[in-house]
Amino acid sequence: MENFNYHRPATVAAAVAALKKSKDGKFLAGGHTLIPTMKQGLAAPKDVVDLTAIKGFSGIKVSKTAVTIKAGTTHQEVATSKEIKKAIPALAEMAGKIGGVHVRHRGTIGGSIANNDPAADYPSACMGLGATIETNKRKIEADKFFTGMFETALKKDEVITAVHFPIPKKASHQKFPNPASRYAMVGVFLSQNAKGQVRVGVTGAAPCVFRAKDIEAALAKEFSAKAAAGTKVAAKGLLSDMHASADYRAHLISVLAGRAVAAA
Amino acid sequence: MSQSATGVGASVRRKEDLRFITGKGQYTDDINLKDQAYAYFLRSPHAHAKIKSINTAKAAKMPGVAGIFTGQDIADSKLGGLICGWMIHSKDGSAMKAGPHPVLAQGKVRYVGDHVAVIIADTKEQAKAAAAAVQVSYEDLPHVVDASKAMKSKAQIHDVAPDNRVFNWGLGNEESTAAAFKNAAHVTTLNIVNNRLIPNAMEPRAAIGAYDSGTEGYTLYTTSQNPHVARLVISAFHGLAPEHKLRVIAPDVGGGFGSKIFIYAEEVVCVWASKHVGRPVKWTAERTESFLSDAHGRDHHTKAELAVDANGKITGLRVHTIASMGAYLSTFASCVPTYLYATLLSGQYNIPNVYAEVDAVYTNTSPVDAYRGAGRPEATYVVERLVETAARELKLDPAEFRRKNFVTQFPHQTPVIMTYDAGDYGAALDKALQINDYKNFAARKAESAKHGKLRGIGFSAYIEACGIAPSAAVGSLGAGVGLWESAEVRVNPVGSVEILTGSHSHGQGHETTFAQLVSEKLGVDINNVSIVHGDTDKVQFGMGTYGSRSGAVGMHALSKALDRVEAKAKKVAAHCMEASENDIEFKNGTFTVKGTDKKMAFGEVALQAYIAHKPGFEPGLKESAFHDPANFVFPAGVHICEVEVDPETGHTEVAAYTCVDDFGNLINPMIVEGQVQGGIAQGIGQALLEGCSYDDDSGQLLTGSYMDYAMPRARNMPAVENFKLGFTCTPCPTNPMGMKGCGEAGAIGSPPAVINAITNAIGVREIAMPATPLTVWQAMQASGAKKAAE
Ligand SMILES: Cc1cc2nc3c(=O)[nH]c(=O)nc-3n(C[C@H](O)[C@H](O)[C@H](O)COP(=O)(O)OP(=O)(O)OC[C@H]3O[C@@H](n4cnc5c(N)ncnc54)[C@H](O)[C@@H]3O)c2cc1C
Repeated sequence: MENFNYHRPATVAAAVAALKKSKDGKFLAGGHTLIPTMKQGLAAPKDVVDLTAIKGFSGIKVSKTAVTIKAGTTHQEVATSKEIKKAIPALAEMAGKIGGVHVRHRGTIGGSIANNDPAADYPSACMGLGATIETNKRKIEADKFFTGMFETALKKDEVITAVHFPIPKKASHQKFPNPASRYAMVGVFLSQNAKGQVRVGVTGAAPCVFRAKDIEAALAKEFSAKAAAGTKVAAKGLLSDMHASADYRAHLISVLAGRAVAAA
Repeated sequence: MSQSATGVGASVRRKEDLRFITGKGQYTDDINLKDQAYAYFLRSPHAHAKIKSINTAKAAKMPGVAGIFTGQDIADSKLGGLICGWMIHSKDGSAMKAGPHPVLAQGKVRYVGDHVAVIIADTKEQAKAAAAAVQVSYEDLPHVVDASKAMKSKAQIHDVAPDNRVFNWGLGNEESTAAAFKNAAHVTTLNIVNNRLIPNAMEPRAAIGAYDSGTEGYTLYTTSQNPHVARLVISAFHGLAPEHKLRVIAPDVGGGFGSKIFIYAEEVVCVWASKHVGRPVKWTAERTESFLSDAHGRDHHTKAELAVDANGKITGLRVHTIASMGAYLSTFASCVPTYLYATLLSGQYNIPNVYAEVDAVYTNTSPVDAYRGAGRPEATYVVERLVETAARELKLDPAEFRRKNFVTQFPHQTPVIMTYDAGDYGAALDKALQINDYKNFAARKAESAKHGKLRGIGFSAYIEACGIAPSAAVGSLGAGVGLWESAEVRVNPVGSVEILTGSHSHGQGHETTFAQLVSEKLGVDINNVSIVHGDTDKVQFGMGTYGSRSGAVGMHALSKALDRVEAKAKKVAAHCMEASENDIEFKNGTFTVKGTDKKMAFGEVALQAYIAHKPGFEPGLKESAFHDPANFVFPAGVHICEVEVDPETGHTEVAAYTCVDDFGNLINPMIVEGQVQGGIAQGIGQALLEGCSYDDDSGQLLTGSYMDYAMPRARNMPAVENFKLGFTCTPCPTNPMGMKGCGEAGAIGSPPAVINAITNAIGVREIAMPATPLTVWQAMQASGAKKAAE
């Protein structure tokens, strides 16, 4: 790992200022993505701006209509939150399936979605629930936030401050882990809101999280496990590697969507 | 066996574990010498390339750099290369084609991870930073990573082996086997790949070399399973220092599984360089380096055939195997696909004709050598896949087909060298069937089907040869060393006992089991026994630990030495109690004089031996012994695996596992069970998860981290209540304690049981290891498509 300057600001404004001043700076939250990439020499920021000392940067708030999770909240806090388990149990379950126990105690929701790993779990929840991502500058809908592999709509000096999840009527998260890394080889986050609208967020299968629109359409007509599982997903554009071919990933999307409907 | 709570046969808790689990172990990386510098190895990014030039000028000026050395420096100082210590001759009589194996590449790199230069600096970070400034210019050469393609490849890895073939070796009777196949009523043929594995010991390899200019001697701390062999090789072949000027210490070692038997470039370079930079030189592998440069295991590509007559009797077995050796011949690489493999191809069966032909080939990959089981898992996989498949094709019960062909008379001479000494294979099968509740399998299958799962069952009746020894036998087969073991017993004046053993513990629990034997024989509390191992200045000589040999060989050296201590102590006791030596009896730690009430405790006799106030005997109480057994030992047993496959995703769960082993007499059943469970975990890992993969096009290691190399986890094991072990016992007749080895059996027996269960569950004939969800799903797709087409 290369040497770097470490900053630990107490406010979002100070964090943004510190980053702006640096030629090559990076925000740091749980460090469970950034630090390994620095160790491998894949990232070598000159300045590391730690967000975790910012006051009010983590915490969970649940209203009648939405769950708000502040950016610095750890996966463990979400997985064990009584309020979230009541409001959107699938969301707490999803957080409980991230990594191992050490990872869950360090990794944060903000870090996870800012990083937008193609196999990360939170992006599928954001898409599957229709979340809104709040930053120091604006509010961004999930559909517009995740723009590509490890890419988001965030500007360089933009800090995620919170994520708002509308509370659905029902939801389910189904994860088929990669046998080695246990990241999602395919993960499906499905929800149906009070109006009957269905959203199916898919992670792990493509370079970037996406909504399985064909399955959503089929479920709009008939909300049944059979309808979801019976909808064939095109393999074109999906990832293919030694762990899973594009065909197999396409197949898993339908299988997991079917299971999600059954479990929702 | 005694009734003692700490003697032989008792499940004594491991004495060493408190130290290990509270972080007080002393591993090589925990040791820091005054003024030490750190080594970083610059490794080849290419699978095969000519080194056109290396420019170290800029790197040498980087902060903290104490020295940079390349292959040229090694050549200039005439430091010998790494050796392969087992000579194999090809069928045509020619010697195996061993290419040069310099400790730093000379002119050419042959795999991704090959050592190009070493950079030594004040800190690890400085060494690494300087390494990035070393400029190497390469010219790519054609490469081959797939062993099955090596002999036809354009790649020319070593000049001595034009077709990349190290040897073409045969064992058994080719003609009689061909005749058996000609006359067979049924022939089963399988194309089998035994997947390449990366050892993944928890502790990465590490070394510290230190030169003492005062004594002109070297010390090497290293992660070794056999420090004396390391000293021998570094002295005799690298020519670094005579043995008495080289001390090798292997302190606590965190797992080896074979990968720490071998002598590696890094440790030789650290010792050598310590004199050149005038400071101790330390190196600890990063995990990536472990993936790239630890010797890998397996990687066999085999065409296997089984001949069966009209009565269901096996009449012949034939294999042609291509075995990858990697880019260089590692220390024992050549014996693994030959004498540790083909000699076990008769399995537990009476097979009159066996013939094996093996082509060992170079590939542009990390060297391949012994890994838990070494050759025997490969043999067992071939035999047990064939036997199971033949039974299915003949519509015979796989258990009964096996039973029908079991060896039942002992000793039994196989057509492939081995003489099985004792066993009762039917008894192990009976016990396994009973523990598994085989007769109710159909009901369990129906229950699984209710939950939408396909349940399958698979057998494996393994045999293995371990306790690797008979020096004369291994010598006649090409081994460069004898494989006996030594032990020394030092009784202190206070009656506590120090055992010096040539065996080396790196997870096996010797500090407990060896102490149990002392407790049994001398009646000494196990807490008054210490085990000294892993230091060539303390232990005179030893051959180390691998091939499940510490019990069957190492403990017998100890047993012999303990007998000598007892004899000497009796002499001392006789003098002290003024009795005839013949009248002294020794039991439960007390010496008595027959027919009298005179007695002395073991500790009192020890004290008298040292104060020596009574005349008539040589002072002191210390004895040693070497033990060279007459034969290998032959553990055998039966594994039964039941899996549940999810037909929608191809995901496999091990639903139930039964394993019955015959290890002869057990010293510590709890430790034995742990060895079996760990071995089965590794076997399940091989069958379901682990597969080392190199990219054909680039020659890069694709599975270079835990992101892509899947290790077995607790969740991959069957639930505790469905993971059942049992034991049968036919004592080994060639050692006094009737022991066989248990360290590798779990990893040897399990992969075919798992794969036989999966093929049974999904109704296919063949499936590749690791049977990942993708592989299983694809196999189901293909067979489904085939079924639909029929
Ligand atoms: C062994 C292991 C297993 C894992 N398994 C999983 C898994 O199964 N599923 C899964 O989803 N993830 C997994 N992860 C990733 C884990 O969830 C990470 O913690 C997460 O992806 C990143 O969160 P972090 O807080 O650690 O971010 P960091 O590593 O600190 O930062 C990641 C990136 O986000 C940026 N960033 C952080 N916070 C903000 C913010 N508030 N605003 C803007 N940018 C920000 C940083 O600059 C950096 O570029 C695993 C990680 C490890 C090490």
